[in-house]
Amino acid sequence: MAMSEVEIKNENLVYRKSPVLTDNVMHYCPGCSHGTIHKLIAEVIEEMNIQENTIGVSPVGCSVFAYNYIDIDWAEAAHGRACAVATAIKRLQPEKMVFTYQGDGDLAAIGTGETIHACNRGENIVVIYVNNAIYGMTGGQMAPTTLLGMKTSTTPYGRDAKLHGYPYKIADMICQLEGVCYVTRQAVHTPAAVRKAKKAIRKAFENALAGKGLSLVEFVATCNSGWKQSPVASNKWMEENMLPFYPLGDIKG
Amino acid sequence: MKEIKLMKGNEVIAEAAIRCGADGYFGYPITPQSEVMETLMERKPWETTGMVVVQAESEIASINMVYGGAACGKRVLTSSSSPGISLMSEGISYIAGAELPCVIVNVSRGGPGLGTIQPSQSDYFQATKGGAHGDFKLIVLAPNSVQEMHDFVFEAFDLAFKYRNPVMILSDGVIGQMMEKVVLAPQRPRRTPEEIRKECGDWALIGKGADRSRHVITSLELDPYRQEKFNEKLIEKYKKVEANEVRYETIMTDDADYLIVAFGSSARICMRTVEMARTEGYKVGLLRPITLYPFPYKQIAEIAAHTKGILTAELNAGQMVEDVRLAVNGAVPVAHFGRTGGAVFSPDEAYEALKSKIIK
Repeated sequence: MAMSEVEIKNENLVYRKSPVLTDNVMHYCPGCSHGTIHKLIAEVIEEMNIQENTIGVSPVGCSVFAYNYIDIDWAEAAHGRACAVATAIKRLQPEKMVFTYQGDGDLAAIGTGETIHACNRGENIVVIYVNNAIYGMTGGQMAPTTLLGMKTSTTPYGRDAKLHGYPYKIADMICQLEGVCYVTRQAVHTPAAVRKAKKAIRKAFENALAGKGLSLVEFVATCNSGWKQSPVASNKWMEENMLPFYPLGDIKG
Repeated sequence: MKEIKLMKGNEVIAEAAIRCGADGYFGYPITPQSEVMETLMERKPWETTGMVVVQAESEIASINMVYGGAACGKRVLTSSSSPGISLMSEGISYIAGAELPCVIVNVSRGGPGLGTIQPSQSDYFQATKGGAHGDFKLIVLAPNSVQEMHDFVFEAFDLAFKYRNPVMILSDGVIGQMMEKVVLAPQRPRRTPEEIRKECGDWALIGKGADRSRHVITSLELDPYRQEKFNEKLIEKYKKVEANEVRYETIMTDDADYLIVAFGSSARICMRTVEMARTEGYKVGLLRPITLYPFPYKQIAEIAAHTKGILTAELNAGQMVEDVRLAVNGAVPVAHFGRTGGAVFSPDEAYEALKSKIIK
């Protein structure tokens, strides 16, 4: 019997795609973390029943097309400026759930100023921060988060602190700011991590709607194309190299 | 009864923004326009009309807040001065590319670089020729009085929403800092969510209802043929702007043998120059472009047909003169007179330049 002929009844339905995700085929590379993170956001929006009330801000980077996949109203921001764009959307429509979705280059390099100051003003928004330690979209250049020794197209001999400075943890930095209520670092490389990550997104969304200030959910993520590894090897490499430097868990709140 | 006050140009921008029912202002301090945000913060419009005022961390953040606010169909504005506008230029291009309505006020100062804090009109090219990457146009209004600073805020919002395009009020340190009598318009209520839905409901980010597909505000299109289609749509829009929105003022041009073309504060100064020349028997007229884009090419060409020569008087090294030459297309001599770096010419200096360069 073909799978399409199997009748799916509620009692044997174990998984379905959230209707908040569109049917568009994602442009992400196989093995990329973005798809899973998108799915979690869509599920949280569905479960909180806020699809009509949520506005997303997508960045410049691999997730520039996030608006093709999560079925809500979106603004696509200039590179690094998502937190400024989200600030105005939230201030002008305070009843809305407003979140940004940004990579490490967007948020922690070109957009550092906008990020820090949105945090410091305590904007009631959520920042989803996907840190894969590389510029994926432009072909694998060094990011501010690239680990020491890590090879990228602009650090072909490995990141050398004397030449390129050090990787930095913007999530830890913003914890000092009064306007920030919740900072957590998550991953989606195992089913257990995925379940925890979803709870973190939900908590962040609830904070924003309750007006508690800014919440940032960092995802330590893989970029197997940029890292030039298979998806499975990327997960292992992430566990062995990324997680010791970017440890998972709540940092504030 | 009319409400008449003595106010500074910059203060009037703030007052007019509140009165025209603006929803948000986002700015960063820079001389000579800081009174705009200072006045707003003092007036606390969030307690009266509900208007949001945010002091951003930079001009870059300010213009991207404007992008976010405009994306919601709100009436939002920012103000800055020349170096700050340069910082905003990326965001202005995104706003034009996403077809969002907003108002940007440039109280310009001398440059290049950090330059001076004194008045200048050296941002003419930046304002009228795009000023950032990509094929786009700003609609540019050039006030020459504190009254026009007031009136053009209303006008600029109307144009911005009519064409879904950013509108710049290109002023300068003279108009921003001087005090004049101004007739204030009565308070216009901010639009209700229902009114915004009616006006902008087919594109604005107001929440995806079950009844419609999602709205995406973006200027990204990777397919070159679709991007070209979009650019063609913009070109059509600009053609409409050029056909319908040219604004200018003429003074004694009907019988003029010589014409001065000047905008903003320069035009104000040159009104006296025209009087001086007329007293001495020279038939001199003045054309003041009010919209710098769209530019009154046709009107200048018509007047040029019965004149012997044209002088542009500008607080720059020669910018608008290029558009006047395009308008005239070699029919009569066109010369430029200007002071730069924050220096402002007197009516006598402009008169001397007219005599030496044009009347001869």
